This record gives sequence, structure tokens and C-alpha cells, in this order.
Amino acid sequence: MIRFSLHKKLKASTGDMQLDVECHIDQGKLVTLFGESGAGKTSILRMLAGLLMPEKGTIEVNNSVWLDTQKGINLKPQQRKTGYVFQDYALFPNMTVKENLEYALDKNQDIGIVKELIEIIELTDLQDRKPETLSGGQKQRIALARALVRQPQILMLDEPLSALDRAMRTKLQDYILHVHRKYNLTTILVSHEMSEIFKLSDEILVLENGTITRQGTPMDIFTNRHISGKFQFTGEILHIEKEDIIYIISVLIGNNLVKVVADQSEVQQFSIGEKVLVASKAFNPMIEKINH
Amino acid sequence: MVWGPIILTFKLALIVTFLLLLISIPLAYWLAFSRTRVKPVFETLVSMPLVLPPTVIGFYLLIAFSPAYPLGNFLNEVLGLQMVFTFEGLVMASVIYSLPFMVHPIQAGFRNLPASLTEASYVLGKSKTTTLFKVLLPNIKPSLLTGIVLAFAHTIGEFGVVLMIGGSIPNETKVASIAIYEEVEALNYGQANYYSLFLFIVTFVILLMVYLVNGGYLRRIWK
Repeated sequence: MIRFSLHKKLKASTGDMQLDVECHIDQGKLVTLFGESGAGKTSILRMLAGLLMPEKGTIEVNNSVWLDTQKGINLKPQQRKTGYVFQDYALFPNMTVKENLEYALDKNQDIGIVKELIEIIELTDLQDRKPETLSGGQKQRIALARALVRQPQILMLDEPLSALDRAMRTKLQDYILHVHRKYNLTTILVSHEMSEIFKLSDEILVLENGTITRQGTPMDIFTNRHISGKFQFTGEILHIEKEDIIYIISVLIGNNLVKVVADQSEVQQFSIGEKVLVASKAFNPMIEKINH
Repeated sequence: MVWGPIILTFKLALIVTFLLLLISIPLAYWLAFSRTRVKPVFETLVSMPLVLPPTVIGFYLLIAFSPAYPLGNFLNEVLGLQMVFTFEGLVMASVIYSLPFMVHPIQAGFRNLPASLTEASYVLGKSKTTTLFKVLLPNIKPSLLTGIVLAFAHTIGEFGVVLMIGGSIPNETKVASIAIYEEVEALNYGQANYYSLFLFIVTFVILLMVYLVNGGYLRRIWK
């Protein structure tokens, strides 16, 4: 279990912001930090990893204290046993894929874990290549695997998939879920991609103006309980088009483009790029098997 | 052509470059990453030889190394080092004179590396020293090469400092640039031309090598 309370004044692009967060995360959960950019998500991860020092705070992980500013306890990043996947991957360009993973080994640690992780991320064929020759998705997988070598108590992923295209993202989400379950990790993910959050997280922490305003399951947080629709999907508005007296709104749900009819009063509240909930009442939905 | 001054020049440049490399890596690391407020003072001191006339450096070193003053006296009495008009003094003076040429490229190399590489290494449980030798230095090879070559070439080319601190003692302090000066004074233009042409070609080749390597033309060979 992770329990933390962190307080720090952050210098954001919009001016100074006071970060005050208190929270606890159960062992084995995959939790998403959700919030606008500049809300302090990355700062929280950095403080947990020991890369950023809060002015005041405590961090307790599985009954050991990592930070207690009042008692003057502050473990160095080296002593904290965290796995951190950086936004820019931070792979060492001078080492091959395998060497990147081996570098992470602790003294006297069994080298077998490296082979196992390379197999999990399916990069056995490319293990002797340098990172610069690989694609974004492959680099991401290496960064993920490298973060797991030391068998961390917390795995932290800072917007791991934002730079990747949709197909690659889906695949990587599967890798993340797979290792999260296999190694019984407690994982903290920074993301603002709805579909990703729904697919991956057990719990969401909503960060607004430096504080956690809501904590709950994705369903609790993102869906409006007043709608009694049987089908609910979240998507992104790609296009709004006027046709005679009605409007056609194109919404991207997963990989599907769905067209929804709306009237003028409804359309006014939407703009392109917004996340929306699409719900429909269906009294007798059809269900069919998909043959692969 | 007498080879003495040429050999002496390269011996000096080699020793100075080696010493500079040892000094500059920790110094550049500190200058690149330290957040102390006195840093600008040290940055200025390191850069001074770039703008100060070499004769000024030579003059103060001559005074400082003189056995009549505390530092020179200490070096002479305690360590038995005679610094004025000796090869050792020349090495010492050249190290100071060429310091910015080694420190600046290495410092810039450290600074240009993404901070996340260092942080990733720390999070993976690795100490600062391990991070320096396994992650940082291997990834700034071009900067190291630039520093090495610039310091080497600059030491070959120095004149003012050498003249002030070393004088012109054959096989001890008479380096090529001094030899050229003396040959010209003696109106031996032919001899002066031999030395000059030799230095011209050598420095051209050395600098060309840097640009080839750092421009990526020889990247495959260097990596």
C-alpha cells in the first residue's frame, strides 16, 4: 500500500501553483492520475521517485517510510525501488536493448529476469540493436521492461503512450496490463486519454489546480449517472457538419467513427476535439460472434 | 631542420592534454550540474585564458613560480619542483592556458544530454559515479574528442606563455613556435618555413579530423 501527502509550490507556465495532495493507493491497483497539463501530475510522480523534493510531506510504501520531511527522512532515488517510464523513454543511447536492461540489474541479481522481460516485450530478435534504430513503440517497450528489472514496488508511467499511434497504443496497453498483473505491481499512470484510462485503470485520481478533487473508478468519475442508456461509450468529436436543419456530429469511439444527429441547441455546447459520452437506449441489442 | 623543438612540442601537448582530461571531466561535471552561487566566478576563471593576453598569464605565472615568492618557494623546497624555465613549468602553464578549450566542450556536452538519462540511471539504483562513467561520458564522446583535440592543438600553438615562463632552452623549453620566432629573428626564413609548414599541416589535419568525426562523416568508425 502506498500512502502519501505532498505539498509544494510549483512554478507552472500559468504562474505559481500550490500542490497539496493526500492519497492512498492499495497494493496491486493500477491507478491513473488524470488532469490537465500543468496540473502537477508529473511532479507527483517525480516526488514519489525522489527526483523532486516537496516542501512538506510524507511517503509510505508497504510500511516503510521513504519520506518524512518533519523527521528529516528522505530516501534517495537509488534507494526507493521504483520503476519509472519517462515521457522521452530515457533509454541510454550507448547501450543495446539488452545492455539497457542489464544496466538496471542490482548487484548479485539474477540475470534471468532480463531474458524473461525481453521475451515478454517480444524484442528478442532486436536485443542487440541500439535504441536509436528502433521505432517509438519498441523504445517504449524497452523503457517499460527496463523499469521492471529491479522488481519495483511502484511502477510509474508518465504519459507512456502519448507519442504513439492508435494501433501501437492498443498493443502497448496490453503489455502494460500484462506486466502489471504478472508481477503484481502497484502502477501509477499519467494519462488524459479516455479510452486508455477506461481500459487500464482500476481507479482514477482527478487532479485539479494542485489538489485531488475526486477519486473513484473510471465509470464513477466519467459517466453521468442520470443517463439511463443501456449503451454508453466515450469518444472524441472529430467533425460537426450542418445538413439542412440538423447537424451531424462525427464521434470517434475506439477505432469506429460514429455519426450522431443533433439539433442546433445541442450542437452549441460541443466543439471539435471534445470528449463526449454517447449513450443510446436499446431494448433488444443484438449480439454476434466476431470471427477472426 | 632540427627535430628537437617539434618533438618537444608534441611531448608537451600530449602530457598537457592527458592532464587536462583528468582535471576537466570533474570540473566540467561540476560546472554543468552544480547549482551553487559561486559558480559564475569559477566559470569566469576557467574562461579567462580565452581573452587574457598570454603574456599576462605568463607574467603572473613567472612571478608565482619564482622561488622568491611563497608558491614557487613551496614547490621548490617541499616538492623539489623547479617551475621557472623548466619543462615542468611549461606543462603547468600550458594546463592553465588551455583549460577552457578542454572544459567548455565537455561542459556543453554534459548540459546537452537530457536530464532524464541521469534521472533514469538514479531511479535504476545507480550511483553518481556509475552514472558518470557508464551513461554520461559514453554519450558525450564527440564533446570529449573535441576537447581533446582543441586542447592538443591549442597547446601546440601557444607562444606567449611559453616564452614568458620557459624561455628558450633547447630540448627543455624551446618548442616549435619559439624556434620559428628565433629563426625569423636570425633571418633564417627557410628554417622558419619548415617549422611553420609542419605545424600548419599538423593542425589542419587535426582540426579536419574533429569536423569529420563530429559532423557524422566518420560516425560509423568512431562508434
